[in-house]
Amino acid sequence: MATHPAPDRSTGPGRSGDPDRTTTSTVTLRVNGVPRRLTLDNRTTVLDALREHLDLTGAKKGCDHGQCGACTVLVDGRRTNSCLLPAVAHDGAEITTVEGLAELVGPAEGGALHPLQQAFVDRDGFQCGYCTPGQLCSAVGAISEAAAGHPSYVTSLTAGPPGPPVPLSPDEIRERMSGNLCRCGAYPNIVGAIEDVTR
Amino acid sequence: MSTTSTPGPVRVEGREKVTGAARYAAEHTPPGTAYAWPVPATIARGRVVSVDAGRAMDEPGALAVLTHENAPRLKDVDDATLLLLQNDRVPHRGWYVALAVARSLEAARAMAAAVRVTYAAEDHDAVLAPDHPGLYVPDEANGGFPGSRERGDFDTAYERAAVRVDATYTMAGLHNHPMEPHAATARWEDDRLLAYDSSQGATTVQKTLAALFGTDKERITVVSEHVGGGFGSKGTPRPQVVLAAMAARHTGVPVKLALPRAQLAAVVGHRPPVIQRVRLGAGEDGTISALAHEVITQTSTVRQFVEQAATPSRTMYVSPHSRTTHRVVALDVPSPSWMRAPGEASGMYALECAMDELACATGVDPVELRVRNDTATEPDSGKPFSSRHLVECLREGARRFGWHERDPRPRSRAEGRHLIGTGVASSCYPVYVSASSAQARVDGDGRFSVRVNATDIGTGARTVLTQIAAEALAVPMDRVAVEIGSSALPTAPLAGGSCGTASWGWAVHKACRALGDLIGEHAGTVPAGGLTVTADTSDDIVSEPPQAKSSFGAQFAEVRVDADTGEIRVSRLLGVFATGRILNARTGRSQLVGAMVMGVGMALLESSTLDTRFGDFAERDLASYHVPACADIRDIEAHWIDEHDPHLNPMGSKGIGEIGIVGTAAAIANAVHHATGVRVRDLPLHPEKLLA
Ligand code: FES
Ligand code: FES
Repeated sequence: MATHPAPDRSTGPGRSGDPDRTTTSTVTLRVNGVPRRLTLDNRTTVLDALREHLDLTGAKKGCDHGQCGACTVLVDGRRTNSCLLPAVAHDGAEITTVEGLAELVGPAEGGALHPLQQAFVDRDGFQCGYCTPGQLCSAVGAISEAAAGHPSYVTSLTAGPPGPPVPLSPDEIRERMSGNLCRCGAYPNIVGAIEDVTR
Repeated sequence: MSTTSTPGPVRVEGREKVTGAARYAAEHTPPGTAYAWPVPATIARGRVVSVDAGRAMDEPGALAVLTHENAPRLKDVDDATLLLLQNDRVPHRGWYVALAVARSLEAARAMAAAVRVTYAAEDHDAVLAPDHPGLYVPDEANGGFPGSRERGDFDTAYERAAVRVDATYTMAGLHNHPMEPHAATARWEDDRLLAYDSSQGATTVQKTLAALFGTDKERITVVSEHVGGGFGSKGTPRPQVVLAAMAARHTGVPVKLALPRAQLAAVVGHRPPVIQRVRLGAGEDGTISALAHEVITQTSTVRQFVEQAATPSRTMYVSPHSRTTHRVVALDVPSPSWMRAPGEASGMYALECAMDELACATGVDPVELRVRNDTATEPDSGKPFSSRHLVECLREGARRFGWHERDPRPRSRAEGRHLIGTGVASSCYPVYVSASSAQARVDGDGRFSVRVNATDIGTGARTVLTQIAAEALAVPMDRVAVEIGSSALPTAPLAGGSCGTASWGWAVHKACRALGDLIGEHAGTVPAGGLTVTADTSDDIVSEPPQAKSSFGAQFAEVRVDADTGEIRVSRLLGVFATGRILNARTGRSQLVGAMVMGVGMALLESSTLDTRFGDFAERDLASYHVPACADIRDIEAHWIDEHDPHLNPMGSKGIGEIGIVGTAAAIANAVHHATGVRVRDLPLHPEKLLA
C-alpha cells in the first residue's frame, strides 16, 4: 500500500509553504520532444503522469508493480517500466512513449509508422493490443542495447561487457523481450516482427 | 490444407493499437473524474462489524468511503458476485467491503489503506477433498450440461475389459489474468449512465446494470470499444463496473476504477481446482468399451459455478458404457467462473492423459489408439456429427511433426543431460451460436457501414466482420466501416463460447445481403438519403439441431527435460485443427497459437494455490502467477484442415478462440512421460514433481 505523507494543508501547488509538509511538486517532463510542466502529487508515477495528467494513454498499466512491462517507455533513451518511476524524481527527463515512436525515425509525415510498428501490424504481433505499446518501446530499447554491445543471459561473452554489437538471433530476441508479458500469446509474431526490422 | 495460403487482411484497428491511439476502458477521463480504490476483506468468512473511514477522509481530495451502510441500494440479480456493499456478510477473503473515492488516484489508494475494518470472523472451510461431506451432484454444470450421465452398464463393462486404466488427475486453480486489468469509467448525467467497461459484451453489461440500478436499459450506455483480453474473465459484468457506477452515483462525479492486479485473483473469477478420476476399459486392440470420467470441483457460497470437465468424455470417443459425473462443494472461497475453454481445457487434460496411459497399457501407438476410437456419432446424444475430422487432424499432424520417427519406449532419447520426448493429444470444442442483430447501411455516396454490438477482445472480430460484410456486399473491404463495442449499437451476444464470429457474422451477413437486395430494388441507384437494413437471426438459429456440432484437433509436443533439475522446456508444439472455414488466416492463426501458448502455461507454469488457512489464492500478482514469457515459447505451429460443413452458418465457420488450449497440457504431459518415464498426474508440471 502507498506511503502516507502528511496531508498538504498549504495554499497550493509547488514547493510553497512548509517544505516538510508539501505533498506536491512541479516538474517538467520532456515527453516526445515537448516540455510538459506539471504540478503533481509526490506519489504520482511517470506512468500515471502520462495517462492521467497528459492524456497520453499509449503506455499501459498492467500491474503497477514492475512485473509485466505494459508501461514500458524510453527514459533518456533507455527502456524503463514507468510504473516504478516517481515523476518527482524525473524532472527534466526525456521520455518517449509509443505515441512518439514514429518521430524517432524522422518526422512522422502523413502518419508514417516506425518500422517496428509497421512490422507488428504486418506480422500480427498482437491481438488485444494492450501489451503492444510496451512491447514496441521495449523492442526499440532492446535493439539499441544489443547494438551497444550489452550482453543478455544467452549471449556468449567473448569480451566486455560492453562488447561488440550483439546480433539479434531469435534466442536473443526472446530473452531480451521476456520482460514484456503478452497474455494473448503473440510472442512468435512479436519475435518475427523484430527479426523483420533487424535482419 | 490452408497453411501457406493468403494470410488474410491485417487488423483494421492495427494502426490504432500500435500507435497508442486505441482507448481502453480506463482511458477515458471526463472533466472532474474521480478515482476509486476498493478495500478487500481480510477474513475468509464472517461479518463486517464496523468500517472506520475517519483517517481515510483526512486525505486531501477525499470524496467518500462507500460501505454497506451508505452505498446505493442494488436490486437483486442472478449473479450475486455483483451485489456489492449491500450487507455485512463476508463470503470469502478478498470480497469487497468498502470503496474509497478521491480526486486523485494516489489519494484513493492511500484512503483505501487507511480505512479500518473490524470483523466478526467465523470458522471457514476452504479445503477441497474427495470425501468432503458437502459434495453434491448439480442438476447442471456450466453451459447447461447435465451434471451426471450414464449410458449402458459401466461397472460391468469395466470389470470385463481386457485392459483397464484407472487414474486420477489433479490441477490447481488457474487465473485468466488478461493484461488489461478489469476497469470501468462511469458517469451519471440526468439519470442516464454512460460506462466505459472492460467487458466481453456491452449488451450484457447494460442489461445487468439496468437491473441492478432498477432503471430502463435505454438509460444506460456501455462502451467496450477496445478490450485488453478477457479469456472469459470479462464475459459477464464484473465488480468494477458496478462499483464505478455506484461511486459515480454516490459522489455525483464521473468515477474511474481499475482493479489493482493484486485484487483480481479473488474477484473476477478463475478456473477452479479440479480432481478427475478417469477409468478406461478396453480390448487388447485399444477399443474402448467402458469410460468413466468423474469430476470433483469447488464453487463459492456466493454463486454456483461447476467446471464441466466431464463433458468432453461424452463427445470424444467410442464408449458404449459410460459414466460422466460432476460433484461440487460450496466452500468459503472466491467464486470460480469461465476461463478459456471451461470444461474442455480441464477435462481433456485428464481424458487425453488417460488415453496415453491406455496406449502404454495396450502397446497401441497413441495416434492410432485415438483413430481406432473415433466415432461418427456423438456417443452421449447419439446424433451424427455435422462434420468431424479428428482422424485427419491426427494423421496430418503426425506427418508434419514427424511423429512416426519416435521410439515409443519411455526414456529412449537423450541429448547430453536432456531427456527428449514427444506426446500427442486430441482437442475439441463445441460449436455454439447465439441470436444477434446487426444493421447495414449505404450512404448516398456509396459508402457502407455496419453496426453491431460485437466486442473485439483481441480476436480480430472487427476485421473479420468487415470481411464478412464486404463479401456479402461484394465490395472491397475498404468501402465498409464496421462499428462495434457499444450497447448503443444493435444488440448482440458477448464474445464467449468461441461463437462471436458465428453469431455476429451471421447477422452482419444477413443484413448486408438484405441491403444488397434493397439496392437492387432501387435498380442499383442509392437514394441521396441512403438505405438502411436491420437484421436479426433469432428465427434462423435452430435450438435443437439434428446433428452434434464440434470442432476437433490434434496437438503434438516435443519436450526437453533436464535430467538433473527437472526443468521442462517445450521445444516444439504443433497443432492441426478442423474448425470449419477459417475466415482470416492471419488473425485465426494468432488465435490458435495464442491459446496454445496459454496451454503451455497451464502445463508447466500456471498455478493458483488455494491457501486454505486464509481462504484465498497465494499467487496474486504476475511475479508469482507465472504466465508464459517470450523465452518460454519457441517453435509453435498451428495448421488447419479445410473443412466444409453446410450445417453451421452462412460463413461456414466453427469458432477458434478456445480449441487451441484444449489438449495442449495433455500433449506436453504425455511428452514428459515419454521423455522421462515418470507419469506426473498433477498440473502444473513443476520440476520438483519429476524429481520426487
Ligand atoms: S504496469 Fe509497469 S510493469 Fe506492469
Ligand atoms: S496482445 Fe494482448 S496481451 Fe499482448
